[in-house]
Amino acid sequence: MYAIRMENITKRFGNVVANDNVSFAAAPGEIHCLLGENGAGKSTLMRILFGLYRQDSGSIYINDNPVTISGPRDAISLGIGMVHQHFMLAEQLTVTENIVAGCEPRKNGLLDYEKARQDILEVSERYGLRVDPDAKVEDISVGQQQRVEIIKALMRGAEVLILDEPTAVLTPPEVSELFTVMRALSESGTTIIFITHKLKETMEISHSVTVLRDGKKVGTVSTEDATPESLVEMMVGRSLPVHDDCRMPPREAIALELKDISVSGRKGSRARLDNVNLDVRFGEILGIAGVDGNGQLELEEVVCGLRRPSKGRIIMSGQDLTGLDTRRIRDKGVAYIPSDRLRRGMVGSLSLSRNSVLGMHHHSYFSQRGVLLEDIIEKHAEEIIKKYDVRAESVHQPMGSLSGGNQQKMVVGRELTRPHSVVIACQPTRGLDVGAAYYIREQILDSRNKGKAVLLISAELDEILELSDRIAIIYEGQVVDVRPTGQFTERELGLLMTGERNGV
Amino acid sequence: MSEFIDVVFNINNVTATIRMAVPIALAAMGGAFSERSGVVNIGLEGMMLTGAFCGVFGCQITGNPWLGVLFAIIGGGLVGAIHAVLTVGLKADHVVTGVGINILSSGTTTWLMQVIWKRKGTSDLVRGLGTWSVPGLRDVPILGTILGTHSPLVYICFLLIILGWVLMFKTPLGLRIRMTGEHPEAADTVGINVNAIRYFCVILSGSLAGLGGAYLSLAQLNWFSKDMSAGRGYMALAACIFGGWNPLKGLGASFLFSFTDAIQMRMQTSKMRIATELVQMIPYVLTILILAGAVVRSRPPQALGEHYESGHVSK
Repeated sequence: MYAIRMENITKRFGNVVANDNVSFAAAPGEIHCLLGENGAGKSTLMRILFGLYRQDSGSIYINDNPVTISGPRDAISLGIGMVHQHFMLAEQLTVTENIVAGCEPRKNGLLDYEKARQDILEVSERYGLRVDPDAKVEDISVGQQQRVEIIKALMRGAEVLILDEPTAVLTPPEVSELFTVMRALSESGTTIIFITHKLKETMEISHSVTVLRDGKKVGTVSTEDATPESLVEMMVGRSLPVHDDCRMPPREAIALELKDISVSGRKGSRARLDNVNLDVRFGEILGIAGVDGNGQLELEEVVCGLRRPSKGRIIMSGQDLTGLDTRRIRDKGVAYIPSDRLRRGMVGSLSLSRNSVLGMHHHSYFSQRGVLLEDIIEKHAEEIIKKYDVRAESVHQPMGSLSGGNQQKMVVGRELTRPHSVVIACQPTRGLDVGAAYYIREQILDSRNKGKAVLLISAELDEILELSDRIAIIYEGQVVDVRPTGQFTERELGLLMTGERNGV
Repeated sequence: MSEFIDVVFNINNVTATIRMAVPIALAAMGGAFSERSGVVNIGLEGMMLTGAFCGVFGCQITGNPWLGVLFAIIGGGLVGAIHAVLTVGLKADHVVTGVGINILSSGTTTWLMQVIWKRKGTSDLVRGLGTWSVPGLRDVPILGTILGTHSPLVYICFLLIILGWVLMFKTPLGLRIRMTGEHPEAADTVGINVNAIRYFCVILSGSLAGLGGAYLSLAQLNWFSKDMSAGRGYMALAACIFGGWNPLKGLGASFLFSFTDAIQMRMQTSKMRIATELVQMIPYVLTILILAGAVVRSRPPQALGEHYESGHVSK
């Protein structure tokens, strides 16, 4: 018997087939990974199961009974719960309010807050899901918010729990805490469907794996019989070779230096960056590791001149850049891959050719007497498209119509083709699928191998470990440690990232 | 100077403040419900005006001012329903729709007034609601002057605002309303019907603003005159925001507005030599100043003004 069975599910959005005749089944108490790249159709399939989308054809069975799910309400009453990638929590309401909304305990027509609190604490204790029922959601950590979401599902009687990319936002200690909870739930009979594209986690936690690619099911395997390599091949359709590591040794000369950089916070709150000292040499990648929101954005903005430091200096190849605006800094030879592609890396409504010269449009090569030289710009765009493997129909199409991976390739292409000696790469592969991420990482390594200095800011610890020569760990705006990559264990990194200096 | 002190610190001012706060506070509570559910309601002005008209019309044809009040509640609610259909059902821009509602209400009521009463500026006189005196309370010194004798709608307003506060913060429905305005997707995924909640709240806000209008035309006066809401709907929106989308705090904010209104009216009749036009500006200038200061600090419901369609959860 299966707790859940979906048969021959097809779902189209316009001309795009998001799920093409996909079948999926999970046994009671099983932890079943749904693995695939972005856009493979994992979330769509699960949104159908949760009633957020309606399948065009195909059927769903719960405990072998055919069911019709026409909305989340149906799904909930059938014992299905879903923790979305972007949490479905109202930030200004309390934990308790968020959990009970929609199934409130009542007394005399009023909401019985005391009973709600007790119920929450009971579930919280049973599965080790620590939460503070009276805190406002905006005041608690992302890890806690996720626990709130899980409790929310369990309190509605979920026997099948869908977790959509739950580890993307967590620190390593939080991930292992989540896995403990998942195992406890699984032992008590809850079926868990775990959507992910991370192989390591799949291997560690799941009992079986279903792989989707381009909306189609590739296959289901038992985790015992799978290897990371075999799963990659199923996901991508080919195997990805290890990155080429032919490189120039780092030079002694310092390319970029940050001296005592501070950025003050809002009045009364602590500094966003606190006396940060960093240096990046030519031919090396310095990775900044840390949990999102510990000063990475401020660091990015300060280095690129988008924000003025309240104290300290930025020196590039001996020149003081402090206080220069972004255009001047970039003209000194900084290639900048922003963390927020859509907001800072591109203009979605402009064509690819226009986007290919953003920030360089004023150079005499691309414009004369204030008029853009369209032919040269188009040729430039075409070169980037060819060299960086951007899948696009024409240079005239708006950049916003490309997929995320191709947009990012375009941004990276633009930045790396401009004259530069320093690369500031911020969250360069955020939200990209395995193939595109692999390609972008290769470009960053290639830059380094050519002798450029790379400052890599990333929330993906695996990416930092894979690319960096040295790692600096940032916590609450301070650099707590800098060492060559090999000298950290992953556990140490996890502890340092969460401010536990004593454990190291 | 003593003249000024007399104008500002006068017990009659306090009574007048309470009296004049009622329509603003009722509409402000309406605004709070509408906006807590995620729908911007700049149409309060038009809903109040329609309420004022329907109150007099209802009273005229039934001869009973209380039935007039019922007409006002229904009339305001209907205008609220128009706003709801346009913004929630048809996903029109909330502000544009609200402005449209205000212009429509002004035009319709003026036109109907001419059709029904054959007059351009004001309607005929109708029977007003009169006043209630609270036995016991009215004999207490000072307090009795302030609270002892008022239109029945004043007491009903206070009661409604307390009930509204309980509804919003102490009941399951209130939680669902707040959830809907903060995060409609979250509400939808726990099985809350986002559109139903929004329809309910916007129609309720229309009824409350309409009741506020009835207060203008059946309690303060007993006739309808062209555009008699005179910007009170906008003040109510300001009070709603200044009061942090909370009916009780909205009442407090309304007191502030009506207090300046009361001073303004006394100043006009006092011997102080200030141009009437300048004095009349005071409540409106205060509205602007308070909003400029308050908007910076107050945090509106997160999904305020956004449309939501089930099944299109953003990726």
